Amino acid sequence: MVGARHEAQERRRAREFETFTAGAAGRLLHAATLLTGDPAEGERLLVAALARTYADWFRMRGDDPYAHTRQELAARFAHRAWRYRRPRGGLLDRLPPRERLVLVLRLYEGVPEEQAAAQLGLPPERLRTLCLRAVAAMRSRT
Amino acid sequence: MSGAVSGPLPDRKEAEVRRMLAAPRPPVPADLADRAAARGRRVLHRRRLLRLALCAVLLAAAVALGVWVAARWPTPPSAPPPLGSWGIAPVVTRGPR
Repeated sequence: MVGARHEAQERRRAREFETFTAGAAGRLLHAATLLTGDPAEGERLLVAALARTYADWFRMRGDDPYAHTRQELAARFAHRAWRYRRPRGGLLDRLPPRERLVLVLRLYEGVPEEQAAAQLGLPPERLRTLCLRAVAAMRSRT
Repeated sequence: MSGAVSGPLPDRKEAEVRRMLAAPRPPVPADLADRAAARGRRVLHRRRLLRLALCAVLLAAAVALGVWVAARWPTPPSAPPPLGSWGIAPVVTRGPR
């Protein structure tokens, strides 16, 4: 009885997750690849973040799975930022990891300033400074 | 691009960078969702095991506490000494002091 209900719930989780990934993976993979610079590394980062979304599927309680995955992605990247210090190619190659993260969250994902600042644990002014610096660096590259 | 000190408005600069970021999108590997789901299932499995272990530890602690309390419980006072045939306790004769 309990086992059957559990089975049904797990099936529902798998089905809903598949639908979500089919729609969101492209955009998230691009964000992850922008962050890491290396497509394979970006893929690894995204798989790890998506796995958490899968495990937390019924815990999110109406929270947007996309936002949940994005947050997990950003947190994982920030946690392992030292790994990505060395340039690995990609569009944001010359930016330090934190500026990459700010740029991707603010300009690619369009996360509001206060929310992005809260996610990264930075004061909003600091985030704005980082964003301006990153934008200037991006425009100066030829 | 203007050479002025202020340059274009920040919004325009941001829009420019936004366009750069949005440019090419890599193809999504077909098995990406499956790999993520498999890993998610492993996370769930680990969480379940952890919960089970925690329950076992709590249960063991509760049992240990019960046993300890039972061992330390004051034993009920032993039955009073039997009364003599007159209904009074027999006089205990003590030896010489």
